[in-house]
Order: sequence, then structure tokens, then C-alpha cells
Amino acid sequence: MVAVAVVRVRDLFSAAMLFAIYSLLSAALFVVLDAGDVALTEAAVGAGISTILILAVLTLAPRYEAAIRGVNWIAITVVVITGVCLIWAVSDLPTFGDPNNPIHVHVAPYYIEHSYKDFGVPNMVASVLASWRSIDTFGEVIVIFTAAVAVFSLLSVKPTRPARKPEDEA
Amino acid sequence: MRENGILRIVTRLLIPLIMLFALYIQFHGEYSPGGGFQAGVMFAAAWILFVLIYGLDAGLAVIPERVMFVLSASGALLYAAIGLLGVVLGGNFLDYAPLMEDSQSAQQAGIILVELGVGVTVASVVMLIFSLFARRRGEQGESWPAEGDD
Amino acid sequence: MDLLGHYNYYVVVILMMIGLYAVIARGNMVKKIMGLNLFQTAGFILFISAGKIIGGSTPIYREGVELYSNPLPHVLILTAIVVGIATTAVGLALALRIRETYGSIEDEELVEDDGEDWSFGDR
Repeated sequence: MVAVAVVRVRDLFSAAMLFAIYSLLSAALFVVLDAGDVALTEAAVGAGISTILILAVLTLAPRYEAAIRGVNWIAITVVVITGVCLIWAVSDLPTFGDPNNPIHVHVAPYYIEHSYKDFGVPNMVASVLASWRSIDTFGEVIVIFTAAVAVFSLLSVKPTRPARKPEDEA
Repeated sequence: MRENGILRIVTRLLIPLIMLFALYIQFHGEYSPGGGFQAGVMFAAAWILFVLIYGLDAGLAVIPERVMFVLSASGALLYAAIGLLGVVLGGNFLDYAPLMEDSQSAQQAGIILVELGVGVTVASVVMLIFSLFARRRGEQGESWPAEGDD
Repeated sequence: MDLLGHYNYYVVVILMMIGLYAVIARGNMVKKIMGLNLFQTAGFILFISAGKIIGGSTPIYREGVELYSNPLPHVLILTAIVVGIATTAVGLALALRIRETYGSIEDEELVEDDGEDWSFGDR
């Protein structure tokens, strides 16, 4: 419901607030699904950083979205067809929460058993993230550093006046 | 927002608490949910709160932009240095086993240092991105066409 | 078809489609970026719900807990969330630069503005 409201609301400020509510709700969902680390990260990032950045851009951009005339039938058809194909593909996936699912059988039991025995680290997510799959985390640090470089290079150009002011077009 | 008394008092209490909690999550990443990313984002959020209340200039006086640049690079460099240390001491890249004698404490030491690097980089990157966006507002100034209902 | 056993996936697909609609059908750049984020978060819910074991608990080693949920999807999603901030930040910076150069962030107005500067055939 909140997602639909984010799409339809024209006031971008309210849309940002609804977006923060959506992030908090998904963080709560992650807690119910036994993912403590992920819930913490999603709550901090989605409800904190993403919303702050969107609001920062909104102080520099128009606050209201242009009115949508009519209903965009092509977009709705594309979305509905993709949705139907995805739902049809879902039927091949394993059942929710079954302990005999393929992803719980191969590598994960080794990690779960040996995290405390070999490392003395109770938090299995941290030991997988920093020790067994450490190179992925390294790549991710590089990615976020690259994002900083990209934003810096984009925003280091001095702002100039736009080529044509919107009220000059008659 | 500096004049608003309630906001000032509340943030004066909250910002040190948030930073302390971020440090707690950083260093207890092995025992409870947490680790580098969460701690970095929370620390940056505390700084952003400070900037929202007291203004961007006060925030940049506390942590200047040059420091943010240096910190974000040094976090990634720390990560790579730990990895290369593993190679120098005889193992694979990012292998923690050769770092100390006891295998368990070697892994724990490696994990703590690596998470520290990650946390420093994430915090400084988020602070940097926010200050770049916020500085734009000051650069645009009054000559910009006024915002309104377009 | 095991309908009730897959209900978490249906929820994910619906959220993904809502986000996809926002990206395709809305012209405002900031709304598109928000739709992209909706899409990403729906993907995260997909992975986390696939990693849950009914009757298990959080993957932190504690006394008295027998069955743990799978920690591998959690690791993947942690990285993905942080990459998501990176993408959002760069996208918003691009939207800001477009606003400064062209004066608006709506798709239709941009296409009209640029018509005279480009030479697509005869204009």
C-alpha cells in the first residue's frame, strides 16, 4: 500500500516521507524474517540516508511533479505482463521456510558449524562477511568509494544558469 | 534551526549518544548484529543531524572536507593493507591465519581491523556525499530562479 | 502449484512491479529514483525470505538454539544495500546536474527543450 502511495503522490516531499515509511516497514519485515544485521542496515540506510539525500535534492529541485494526463497504457501492459511471467516462474521455486531447501544444504551448514568453533566469532554473518567472503566486502568498499568520487566529479562544476529559463518560452 | 530551543537541547543529548552507539556497534560486530557498514552509516547520520541543526559551516568546522577525503581513501587502503599483510607473511590474499600465532585470535584480529576500515570508509563517504549536496544550495545563492509550484 | 507455500514470493513480485511502474511511467527523475529503490528493496525481501527457515532463529551463536537461519543471503543483502546507497547518490547527483543545465527534471520538458540543439535528421 505504501509503495502504491509513493508512486501516486505528486508532492515529492510527501513521497519522500512515504518512502521512509516503506523502508522502515521493510526493516521490520527483516526482523520478523530473522535477519538482524540486515534490518539494522536497511533501517539506517533506507529510512536515514536515502531519505536525507532525496530531501537534499528536493530543496534544489521543484517540489511538485508534473500532472499526469491520462493513464499510461503501455507501461501498465508491460508491468502486468512482466508480473504474470514472474508469478508463473515463482511456482518452480522451493517452498518458503523449508529446512530441506537446496540453499540450506550445501555450504551454509559448514559456515554455521564452524563459525564459533574455528574463529570464536558468534556472529555468523560477520564471520562470513569479513573472513570467508572477504574479497566481496573489499569490492564493495571500492564501490562505495567510487560512488563518492563520481558524486564529487559530478558536483564539482560550478552551477550555471540554465540555457533557457522555463518562463521565457512563450 | 539554531534558534529552536527544543531541537538544540534534544540534539545536544542525542548526537553523542548516537556516535557512542555507532562505536559500540562497530566494535561489537562479532558478538551482536552490527559490523562496519551499520556503524559507519550511523556515525554519518549523527554528523548529518548536527549539520541540520547548526548549519553546514559548523559541521565542516568539526570535520573538514579534506579530512573526509583522506579518511575515505584510508579505510579502503587499510583493507588492502591487511590483505597484503597476509600475502607478505606467507598466506593468500586476505588470509588472516599468518597474522598471529593462535589461529582463533588471528581471525578475530583480522576481522576487527577489516571492519574498522570498512566503517571508516562508509562513514566518511556518506558524510562527504551529504556535504557535497548541501554545499550546492549555498553555491546557487539568490540569483537562481525561485522554487515554487512549477 | 503450491500456492500458499509461495506467498512471500507473490508479495515480492507485486512490490517489484510497483517499483518498475514508477521507473517506466513517471517522468520526474526523483520519482524514478524512488521507484528504483522500491524495486531494490523488494529484491532484498526476496532473498531474505528465501533464506529463512521456519523454526530457526537469527544466525548468531547462542546457547540453547538448535536451528539457525541461513546467513549467506544476509551477507549478500548487506553488500547490496550499501551498493544501493551508492547508486541512489550518483543518480540524485545526475538529476541535480540535469536540473541545473536544463532547468527541469521532467522527461517531457527535457525532450522538448533539446529538440532544437540536436540534429536528428531534418528539424
